[in-house]
Amino acid sequence: MSRYRSNPEAIRALVRADEVHRDVYTDPELFEIEQEHLWRNAWIYLGHDSQVPKSGDFYSTQIAGRPLFMLRGTDGVVRVLYNRCAHKGAKLINAVAGNVGPMLRCPYHGWTYRTDGTVRTIPLRSGYDGTNFAQCRAAGGIEPVVNVENYRGFIFIRLASSGLGFKEYFGDSLSSIDNMVDRSPEGKLEVAGGVLRYLHDCNWKMFIENLNDTMHPMVAHESSAGTAKRLWRDQPPEVPKPMVVEQFAPFVSGYDFFDQMGVRIYENGHSYTGVNFSIHSKYSAVPAYEQAMTRAYGEQRAQEILREARHNTVYYPSLTIKGAIQAIRVARPIAVDKTIIESWTFRLAGAPEEILQRTLMYSRLINAPMSVVGHDDLLCYRAIQEGLAADGNEWVSLHRDYSAAERASIAGTYNGTSEVSVRGQFRAWARFMTEDAHAGVAQ
Amino acid sequence: MSAAAADIDKVLDFVYHEARLIDEKRFDDWFDLFTDSARYWVPLTRGQPDGENHTSLLYEDKLLLKVRIERLKNPNSFSQQQPSFCQHVMQAPSIESTAVDAGTWITRTPFVYLESQLDTQIVLAGVSWLHLVPVGGRLKIQLKKVELLNCDAALPSVQLFP
Repeated sequence: MSRYRSNPEAIRALVRADEVHRDVYTDPELFEIEQEHLWRNAWIYLGHDSQVPKSGDFYSTQIAGRPLFMLRGTDGVVRVLYNRCAHKGAKLINAVAGNVGPMLRCPYHGWTYRTDGTVRTIPLRSGYDGTNFAQCRAAGGIEPVVNVENYRGFIFIRLASSGLGFKEYFGDSLSSIDNMVDRSPEGKLEVAGGVLRYLHDCNWKMFIENLNDTMHPMVAHESSAGTAKRLWRDQPPEVPKPMVVEQFAPFVSGYDFFDQMGVRIYENGHSYTGVNFSIHSKYSAVPAYEQAMTRAYGEQRAQEILREARHNTVYYPSLTIKGAIQAIRVARPIAVDKTIIESWTFRLAGAPEEILQRTLMYSRLINAPMSVVGHDDLLCYRAIQEGLAADGNEWVSLHRDYSAAERASIAGTYNGTSEVSVRGQFRAWARFMTEDAHAGVAQ
Repeated sequence: MSAAAADIDKVLDFVYHEARLIDEKRFDDWFDLFTDSARYWVPLTRGQPDGENHTSLLYEDKLLLKVRIERLKNPNSFSQQQPSFCQHVMQAPSIESTAVDAGTWITRTPFVYLESQLDTQIVLAGVSWLHLVPVGGRLKIQLKKVELLNCDAALPSVQLFP
């Protein structure tokens, strides 16, 4: 029996100001409703335009279970199209990335399309003479995703035809993307170094929530980061600290460190930790890079950009970024207890290669399926997925540093160990799960 | 000068011994097989030229390898409270090149690797390359490179050492 479908009241009742019902993580029906509403009403990260630098370049994926791709047209414009032939529905693109040349061709009956998605040729087209084909939707070609925003190279889509505009949805949280792009002396990012894809046997929200959970690193990562720190402790001070130790050690900082880091909350589920400083603040300087930044921006502005060392910014629900280290993670939900986490890394155009190497090392140490940090995080997510089946308490506590003042407006700056970022996410979750519910599935 | 049969036997024995130490979880002994400047590398892409300018699934120097091994002894390695076990099933190694005078060897070993943790078991396949050099009269690993067949797949946690 359906408990939640067409029942927005029941969905809203899952989210209290300071608790959330376990079903949000474990109920397969809620997962389907998330795909139909939350992931269609929200602006979702698709990819970066540097993945498709040349005419005909494509990158394909799925969002909310819908197959789609971005494609740079012969006119230089990046479009997002549904990956479905207008004829019988076959996926037109059957590789993750590549180049279609001047046109797309369906592998089944050879219909061809221009790179803007319009029909170019149909074999034996005369067979459609005298039919209603010209008036049917198929004649229009490949269906486009209409709501697309390219924000400084980051391509987001909103599948629902109506809803919040891009700027309204993200608000000032976009300043984290600004900072990452500004860190390039040329103001430009390029995807570089490959993509790590890590299969998580847990609900996607456990991953997203964890990004601004500052109460877990000193516990979950004691065995990895703590071991690295210990192994290095006996070295004489004149031995330069290796980059790996510099990257690992701050993970096991104390509660004070993470609390004073601060967390900033925006409407619609977005947030970042590291308002004042972060685990990335004390990396060794790379003089050639700082010089390039000063040349590009002037000393004062360059220092302003580099001083900002935010920890994780969550662009709810699909994207998390680390501007200070030029790495992003993308959540692609597959099932209620199955999520692919993709970790992408960027080269700062105009920066020395050493900066990219630092980025790649960080991503490998933390985000790879063979990362000792990742193993313990995923164990915890999986433990929640299984633990929530226990009897007794059906509610998950989000009480840490809760104040009733959040109810009027949650936007603001809070102490870093508050669970306010998760409360903000569920407030957005309840909204985007239900605001179009009476209209049925969004068109 | 061509390699003596006895030397070849020694190299091939080393290759099997290396995998066996992992499968028997004798990680400190395994660690001692590596030179001080060694790398243990699992590339992320096919034909990946290096581990610095591209992300890898794993690219460890001696320090990082030590972190991994010490972590496994730590009771707070939560992902190993239920311990994992692994098994290498190896095709006969081939010697791809050797500089007999210098005593260096490169071996190539196709393998299937199984890693189990109670009710779950993952299967990986690939080719393992060892670059061996003599150190103090013993063969040591300068580079262990493991090319996974499905390096571009969304992989689950791989917790031991293919």
